[in-house]
Amino acid sequence: MTRFLAIAVAEMHILRRNRWLFMATLIMVLFALALTFAGSAPTGALGVDMLTVSVASMTTLSVYLAPLLALMISFDSIAGESDRGSLALLLAYPAGRGEILLGKFTAHIAALAFAMTIGFGTAGAVAAWFGGVSVDSLIALIRLILTSILLGAVFLALGYCLSALAGGATAAAGMSAGLWLIFVVLYDLGLLGAVVLDQGGVFTQSVFPWVMVANPADAFRVWNIAASDSVALTSGMTGAAQALPMWAAPVSLLIWPVIGFVLARAAFQRVEP
Amino acid sequence: MMDKALTISNVNKDRGKIRVLSDINLSLSPGERVALLGHNGAGKSTLIKSILGLTSFQSGEILIGAAKPGSARARAATTFLPEAVSFHPALTGREQLTLFARLAGEKADVAGLLDRVGLPEAMDRRIGTYSKGMRQRLGLAQVLLGKPEVALLDEPTSGLDPISRQDLYAIIDELAAQGTAVLIASHALTEVEARTDRIAILRKGAKVADDTLSNLADQAGLPIKLRIRAAENPDALAAQTGGTRINGASVELLCSPATKMQALRQVAALGDAVVDVDVTPPRLEDLYRHYSGEAVQ
Repeated sequence: MTRFLAIAVAEMHILRRNRWLFMATLIMVLFALALTFAGSAPTGALGVDMLTVSVASMTTLSVYLAPLLALMISFDSIAGESDRGSLALLLAYPAGRGEILLGKFTAHIAALAFAMTIGFGTAGAVAAWFGGVSVDSLIALIRLILTSILLGAVFLALGYCLSALAGGATAAAGMSAGLWLIFVVLYDLGLLGAVVLDQGGVFTQSVFPWVMVANPADAFRVWNIAASDSVALTSGMTGAAQALPMWAAPVSLLIWPVIGFVLARAAFQRVEP
Repeated sequence: MMDKALTISNVNKDRGKIRVLSDINLSLSPGERVALLGHNGAGKSTLIKSILGLTSFQSGEILIGAAKPGSARARAATTFLPEAVSFHPALTGREQLTLFARLAGEKADVAGLLDRVGLPEAMDRRIGTYSKGMRQRLGLAQVLLGKPEVALLDEPTSGLDPISRQDLYAIIDELAAQGTAVLIASHALTEVEARTDRIAILRKGAKVADDTLSNLADQAGLPIKLRIRAAENPDALAAQTGGTRINGASVELLCSPATKMQALRQVAALGDAVVDVDVTPPRLEDLYRHYSGEAVQ
């Protein structure tokens, strides 16, 4: 068995035993179900099935939850080992630092994928059962699950990076909270402010969509909305998504995990246990 | 000539403006057990981390066999027991050791190893429930994975009860017998005394001694202590022998190895005035104080 898989297996034991997997799945199921039922009111007015509305609501939810869950799992991964004093021994073994990161990543992304699939899948099944389903809405649901996992991957990698830079688990937790706030809340607020100041000028027309899609959280939103007309309709967010070519959001969301991983690997290299 | 398992030549390391390792030279042959002694902060752990490639040094060279520290070859040839070893509390002993075996690329008998270090009944319990001594035993079990060329043990006796220490030294002997060079950083001076082939002493990042225990004792010229107990008047006895009274009944005399018998004859000649005599050769602690630059008492 290769080394990164050995690390992944051990990490899976840890996630299972410290209840992370259970709690994350429970959170996903509860939130997704709540949004599905709360958001089912406008179905008739818009003329789309309940699953479509549900996917639109869950897209908004996932923008917040996927990065949060990913950071919760990853902030401790290097800083925690360093605090505990187990990092030196691990690094004395023949596994390279890239392999260690890859092993942890494999386990963490599998856990996130499990929580996302169960959570969104349950809500989707409930919505389909009560309010009808179409091929379009089913594809939208699958797209939501896959892109949520990708978004999680971005913040897992960024979490490792902070965990390596922070020097301690407490500092890493604080930095992760800051990172989440910047990417998910402050970035959009800043852009909104810029658009208001610009009053429909050059920035709003041509620069703004690109700056927006450079943020993985927004790229996730744009991808899900732009790809499905009915989801875009229910979310009321069509303008910005239409200003961009189709490939922009997927490229951003696919490149970010790689960038994050390279940054994390570089930061980990500098860690002296 | 046999190749050295570990060669450290002229290693210097600065941390900020402080020189934490200064021109260190040390080599270990296969099967040799060497104690690395020094105060806290003398550079023992830093030297071990340098050998492991976990920290860089400014100049000099370290070779594990012929491999550079931190290279895949060097890491495969080295085992390490960190000071106050710790593991993820959510894993069981068996899972943790299985992980290490896979990382080392060994097809290990995990249950057998845990049995060997005295953890058979705890192997499927979470490490979070282990005592400090049990974690140390688990740390020892991972040292025994494979047939390492170099074993680096940082304070291996910390947290172990006396019986476990005996087990530890049996394990060290076993490692040495299979040809592993063992470097033991320790504070437990009296124990490494009989258990190592050679002793190296670090002081403020510099090596101040590196030899067998008997050679070090000869070079240091430390006195042998004779403690005699007086029948009734210790002050008179002290005056008579030229020694010093150390408590209500005893007098202590210092002599060199060459004059020991002469001193003993003198004591014997005192007859009934002396009830008892103890001869204490210089111990490692005295040597350690001598070489690490503290006043010998």
